Amino acid sequence: MHAYESEFREPLITGMDKSYTKITDDLVAPTERNSALWWIAVLLSGAGALFFVFCLTWTVWFGIGTWGLNKTIGWAWDITNFVWWIGIGHAGTLISAILLLFRQRYRTGINRAAEAMTIFAVICAGMFPIFHMGRVWDALFIFPLPNTRGPLWVNFNSPLLWDVFAVSTYFSVSLLFWYTGLMPDFATVRDRSKGKFRKWFYNMMSFGWMGTAKQWQRFESLSLILAGLATPLVLSVHTIVSFDFATSVIPGWHTTIFPPYFVAGAIFSGFAMVETLMLISRKLFNLEDYITVNHIESMNKIIVLTGSIVGIAYLTELFIAWYSGYLYEQFAFYNRVLGKYYWAYAIMMTCNVVTPQFYWLKPLRRNLYVTFILSIFVNIGMWFERFVIIVTSLADDFLPSSWAYFSPTWVDIGIFLGSICLFLFLFLLFSRLFPTIAIAEVKAIFRTSSEVAKAERAKKANSPTGGFVGLQHVGPLDKDSKH
Amino acid sequence: MEEPNKVVIGLWDHEEVYLHAIEKIRAKGVQIYESLTPFPVHGLEDVLGYRDSRLHTAGFMFGTVGTIVALSFMTWTMTVNFPLDFGGKPYWPIASFIPITFEMMVLFSAWGMTLTYLVRNRLWPGMVPRIYDKRTTDDRFALVFDADNVASDKLKELRDLCMHEGAVEVKDKQFN
Repeated sequence: MHAYESEFREPLITGMDKSYTKITDDLVAPTERNSALWWIAVLLSGAGALFFVFCLTWTVWFGIGTWGLNKTIGWAWDITNFVWWIGIGHAGTLISAILLLFRQRYRTGINRAAEAMTIFAVICAGMFPIFHMGRVWDALFIFPLPNTRGPLWVNFNSPLLWDVFAVSTYFSVSLLFWYTGLMPDFATVRDRSKGKFRKWFYNMMSFGWMGTAKQWQRFESLSLILAGLATPLVLSVHTIVSFDFATSVIPGWHTTIFPPYFVAGAIFSGFAMVETLMLISRKLFNLEDYITVNHIESMNKIIVLTGSIVGIAYLTELFIAWYSGYLYEQFAFYNRVLGKYYWAYAIMMTCNVVTPQFYWLKPLRRNLYVTFILSIFVNIGMWFERFVIIVTSLADDFLPSSWAYFSPTWVDIGIFLGSICLFLFLFLLFSRLFPTIAIAEVKAIFRTSSEVAKAERAKKANSPTGGFVGLQHVGPLDKDSKH
Repeated sequence: MEEPNKVVIGLWDHEEVYLHAIEKIRAKGVQIYESLTPFPVHGLEDVLGYRDSRLHTAGFMFGTVGTIVALSFMTWTMTVNFPLDFGGKPYWPIASFIPITFEMMVLFSAWGMTLTYLVRNRLWPGMVPRIYDKRTTDDRFALVFDADNVASDKLKELRDLCMHEGAVEVKDKQFN
């Protein structure tokens, strides 16, 4: 192998005690121990998830009237939450697919958890439009199914239908991508399991993975092509979500800038959520050597980029509203900034445009406390972005007599907080049962990007034979070998 | 291919030594029955002389099927089966078909390719694989040699060859 990496690059696996076995031990460890903290967290989030189910049942039983919607504002928290969750669900596939195509090695530390996050976020997202339909038992007819009314088909002109196809394809392809990557790691867990049930369970999950050269060859081929498919897919999903608004005739929604602006915003919020979760789990599961400050800094760079794109989009929107000379468009934006929802606009601007700019400074970019707080800020800001777009555009429409204000009811709040609990519940189950870091992929970068390998190469570089790590070389890299 | 009952397993602990060993062993004309590694080793299929995977061709064909299915189904429903006037738009709005056609292409391609992958790799829930050595999913790179009907002096030669090429361990295993 002649993989070469500049010695100026920071290691992605730190700690001088690392070897292949040590990597396996460290990364499988979270699935092997019981912790009281985990049980408490699971029970709390599980209770929240049950409350989510309760609020949805309440909605179905008594109808959408239990939400704070009125005849002017027909889309509010529900669609805000939907777009918010879909946006969060964008980082996983971005990290695993786009960073794979760009050969960014830092993805190996975070891709697994980010993909899991994608799947759970899309599950949460899907709930909102489904329950907003009202009669959930008829939800199947969003798909073009044969029926006895003609048959009357769905409207293939409608962006709402495109969204159905986009989100469901995105969910199932992300699931395939995630699970095919998990199989080899389940086999690793299986082969070190002691108990009979555990062995059976992880063999079941691994689909009987062996790790033969041919399997790996097909594995590499599959992940590359899936990444190639998922990259345009992930961009298409949020583009189509933005069409839900952009193809309408509501001032404030009817904006051609929406597709790139929504995609950038989705990546922005997705990375922030990955950071929030990874900062907690690296501490909780002792994964600091695999999710290093270097990983966090790389993500922060993407956050400052996408945050700036979003900021430019906000300003462009304002400019175009003025420049269009169209009275209703101008009013919609004047109202957005200075109207009755000015506070939501201010939160959005602060959290999405102002605070991420701190990341231009390296000490702040590498500070974990700052990162944690700012990642939560981004999530708040991105929720308000969707709220501002959806609600302020509807609240003061063409007819002043129907102007209205939206106030959420306890059901709205319960469903939103409940969906966060459901998300955390699923993530906690995942972090206990599945290897949260892609073990095989981390091992594959061990010889190029670990601290051990870098130290080894540095030592070699000073030696009379030069910097090449030759075939005869067997050194501290192989601590556990018999040499 | 019939799985051998008796095998010789050589284990390596460094992928570079392992790749080099495969080259040397194959150059000696020894048949390698199986090669197992804990992660995808770059260049392994080349030294083993495997041909390229044709999975991407399958992916392309499934994608083509998805494209055709989506386009023809939407065309059929909107022009033949139940043509409807949606706000004066054309009955065959080809531009409106682009997003769904794209999604169906991705969906068919991804699922088709993954199912092909599972079938070809003999992966399915409940499959019980033959485990040559548990450490091959941890930190060992293994070569498995078919030892059925091989003379014992040949086997000794094989073991010595593995050790000479840097194996950390060579062992025999009998399956029934």
